[in-house]
Amino acid sequence: MAVTLLVITAISSASLGIVHQLTQTPRDDAALKKQNFAIKAVLGDYDNNPSADAYEIESFDGGDQLTCYPGSKDGELTGVAVKTWTMKGFGGPVRLMAGFDQSGNIIRISVLEQKETPGLGTRMADAEFKDQFNGKNPGANNLSVKKDGGEVDAITAATISSRAFSDAVERAYKSLEKAGKLSHD
Amino acid sequence: MNHWENFSKGFIRENPTFVLVLGMCPTLATTTSAINGLGMGMATTFVLMLSNVAISLIAGSVPDKVRIPAYIVVIAAFVTIVDLLMAAYVNSPGPNGEPSLYDQLGIFIPLIVVNCIVLGRAESFAAKNRALPSLLDGAGIGLGFAFALTLLGAVRELLGNGSVFGLQMLPKTTNILIFVLAPGAFIALGYLIMIVNRLTVKK
Repeated sequence: MAVTLLVITAISSASLGIVHQLTQTPRDDAALKKQNFAIKAVLGDYDNNPSADAYEIESFDGGDQLTCYPGSKDGELTGVAVKTWTMKGFGGPVRLMAGFDQSGNIIRISVLEQKETPGLGTRMADAEFKDQFNGKNPGANNLSVKKDGGEVDAITAATISSRAFSDAVERAYKSLEKAGKLSHD
Repeated sequence: MNHWENFSKGFIRENPTFVLVLGMCPTLATTTSAINGLGMGMATTFVLMLSNVAISLIAGSVPDKVRIPAYIVVIAAFVTIVDLLMAAYVNSPGPNGEPSLYDQLGIFIPLIVVNCIVLGRAESFAAKNRALPSLLDGAGIGLGFAFALTLLGAVRELLGNGSVFGLQMLPKTTNILIFVLAPGAFIALGYLIMIVNRLTVKK
């Protein structure tokens, strides 16, 4: 009885090991491609490889670190894509990729991961909502929702998801600022 | 029972979703669109076929007392293989940054392990039959499941989002949001089961 189980588990784990080895490269490629895709969507012009130059910064109020992918053209830094998060989502954590230029203006934002209500909170990924952040500066503009006195039009019937989005953007900006990565002129 | 019978019974007569009403968790949760339903159905079909064959081959030498753990290990191994393959090959984002099929199905791929259809076929069919009938049984039941999930996904996507397989069929104004949410899954499934029963049950 024990021997049979041992044989079955041994064969199973051996075949898992083989498949794991075989798919290692394509899986890494797919993950990297996905990441580069998200970086490209939120940064302006760059000619370096932001994934290779990535560094981590502390979140301004503690919690998980944020990963930054700096984009530069001809050796000159043009912006940074920040992989940011919030725990204030309606259906769990929300992760965004937010692109900032050197003075902290938002270039573009894309949604990496969210489990919001389909058809309501998920509309945070639609251009109609997220593109209103483009060009704004969280240091100068109050990027909370209008209900909270800010200037962001919340998604109808999804104020919590909208607040979460703003929270993640604010976290990216404040953490960058705290880490001294922004140049104010 | 001939081979054709083994294969075809999964579609209508013993359809896991519409007739046996098994595996409801992935059925209700992943069918927000037709492509998600199809992806989930095909992943389950793959696991069902392979686990059925493997279990029919080992069933004779597994002592009765440990047969459930043994089957679960076999099924879990195949599910993990499917998960790894999907992470490698259906994991690129759409042209506008839509999440990949792998990301959309998320936790429900690993959860095929506990899908009662898979263990159910292992116990009720594969353990008592040879490899070829078990393969056909797995394929039939799996494709029946995939067919049901795709149909349910298409209905929900059409009513809730006005599209089928991402092709816009109805204007956005006719969207009935509830059909992409959880309650809509129950409503749509209920009506589909009613229609299937109306067509198949003889008075």
